[in-house]
Amino acid sequence: MPTVLDVLIVDDSAAIRKILQRVLRQTDIPVGEVYEAGDGAEALETLRKQKVGLVLSDINMPNMDGLEFLTHLRAEPAWQKLPVVMVSTEGTHAKVLEAVERGASGYVRKPFTADQIKEKLVGLI
Amino acid sequence: MTNPIQISDALTQLELAEAIRVSTREVFSTMLGLDPAPGEVFVEKGEAAPASGVVSIIGLAGAWVGSGSLSCSADFACKMASHFLQEEYSAVTEDVLDTVAEVTNMVVGNVKTQLENRLGPMWLSTPTVIYGRNFQTRGARNQEWTVVPFSVDQGRMCIQLCITPNPDAVERSSRPGFPIPRVLSL
Repeated sequence: MPTVLDVLIVDDSAAIRKILQRVLRQTDIPVGEVYEAGDGAEALETLRKQKVGLVLSDINMPNMDGLEFLTHLRAEPAWQKLPVVMVSTEGTHAKVLEAVERGASGYVRKPFTADQIKEKLVGLI
Repeated sequence: MTNPIQISDALTQLELAEAIRVSTREVFSTMLGLDPAPGEVFVEKGEAAPASGVVSIIGLAGAWVGSGSLSCSADFACKMASHFLQEEYSAVTEDVLDTVAEVTNMVVGNVKTQLENRLGPMWLSTPTVIYGRNFQTRGARNQEWTVVPFSVDQGRMCIQLCITPNPDAVERSSRPGFPIPRVLSL
């Protein structure tokens, strides 16, 4: 486990960004800076400026959705191994499969419990 | 609602109401720590009576098309945000409106997931929230809404959905319009 892990949370809902940040702080993971983005395009811009060790991203967002964001992200050699967990209301097998095919490292369906998020992250970090 | 009104061969209003009940209770118990009690389901056609408070609307498109909404009083919206964000809210703020939008997104999104295996793929728009006094909402096509009222912690809210088969279903291109403003205040 790294000494300190900076995290990027991508969701068009400020409320969900706030909840995810609180959940992250409750885990045993040593979270450092938490950056926020409201859509995929904003997230790519943030990643160009800040080095992070984990991304949590929604799928349904305006401008650039989470799946398109994943495709752009995985096209960059520097970000190919960056853990990206999708946190979305999209829960069908087809949508989860599509996210995994585009390079998602994990998937948590909304609504989620803090334990579900923690469990997913512990396996990844 | 006594008769299982047929929306199409694939779905009755009773089945839609059950999907709303299951989804709403799951979202509220998991994310807000509340257990909403569903009331008698009813069908509403055309325009709703003038209302005050908060209404959040989200579009569905794909194999089926329609909309879903959550409506409640300003007080209940504050209560939702207080439970969701674990902070006290006594007035309608950006956080409160954002909470109502996100809860609607989760409830309607989970109804969609329950129905997609039977009805085919659908996509959600981002939610739009309306907050004000004495406003009226109206569907453009005079369709029937399946309305499920809920009582929660001395408050009341309604979740309603209106969906019909899409005769022109075209994958992805029929995704509901982006961008929609997330919050509208009247």
